[in-house]
Amino acid sequence: MSGSPDPIEVALGAPDPEAMAAARRFADRAALGGADLFYATEASPLGALLLVAGKRGLVALHYVSGDIDVTLDDLARRRSPRIVESAAALDPWRRELAEYFDGTRRSFEAPLDWSELNGFRRRVLRATAAIPYGEHRSYKAVATEAGSPAAARAAGNALGSNPLAIVIPCHRVRHTGGGLGGYTGGLERKESLLALESGLG
Amino acid sequence: MASQPPFQRTLEDHSDHVWRYLRGMVGQAADDCFQETFLAALRAYPRLAEDSNVRAWLLTIAHRKAIDHLRRVRREAADELTDLPAEPAPDRAVWSAVATLPPRQRAAVLLRYAGDLPHREVAAAIGCSEEAARRSLHEGLKRLREAM
Repeated sequence: MSGSPDPIEVALGAPDPEAMAAARRFADRAALGGADLFYATEASPLGALLLVAGKRGLVALHYVSGDIDVTLDDLARRRSPRIVESAAALDPWRRELAEYFDGTRRSFEAPLDWSELNGFRRRVLRATAAIPYGEHRSYKAVATEAGSPAAARAAGNALGSNPLAIVIPCHRVRHTGGGLGGYTGGLERKESLLALESGLG
Repeated sequence: MASQPPFQRTLEDHSDHVWRYLRGMVGQAADDCFQETFLAALRAYPRLAEDSNVRAWLLTIAHRKAIDHLRRVRREAADELTDLPAEPAPDRAVWSAVATLPPRQRAAVLLRYAGDLPHREVAAAIGCSEEAARRSLHEGLKRLREAM
């Protein structure tokens, strides 16, 4: 059959904007019960951030570079595919981040999920989480704190794979001589965070 | 281990088809049924086989929810179904006419055209033979054309 399309088929097949609103309502509700993980992207002075949380706390906080689907696909495989988007469910972390970037917050209180962080990596990130606002430590100091004084390079690698940027402040770790060291989000961001915390931001 | 993509993508890819199917089936109760459908789907999602036709799976759940709903409110359903939200003409006429079809024909027409499922999947969702599904669809379309 060809020619003009059947008006019945056209009417029944036309997109309905109400569907999107219903889907959003569903995702917000599912984040409160049913979903294992929920995510949102959030604007910040350092660019867009991707936040992912579950029942135990924040699972990931990344700078958005390109496609967030890569991160979400990985979480679906490793943790659970029951993932929905809900900015409301991430409110506690979004609020604290906004306050941090405003300069009115110096430490984060909303829970972080440490359950997938193990061994040396976990010890390095724990040691990093304990560095106070506005201060910094060397890679060697963090490695020592994690129980392996000779493992500064391995500590650097552990920090490079920090799943919770900013809230586990790996930007506060730099070289002994004063060099910035590395940063997964790019050195410009590391500098900006250090400047913010020194009151120069 | 099955590895499905994040559920959000499934929701975004198929919510429009599921919504239109339910709107045609249950009118004002579409949102309740939509929420129930996706909640049931979310629960079962990790166990879904990787090569499944996800839209057919969702519409099968939606169909079950719609039939449950129609059974629950059998008496009131007739009034409720004609009480569809206002839409711009000429779409409105089609949706109103769909609401007057018997449930089986309504389901067949909606699964086929709102849900965009092939006949085989329409039959599977309703739980009848492909032959019977084609018949319901044909009857439903005939009535709709008469009503328009």
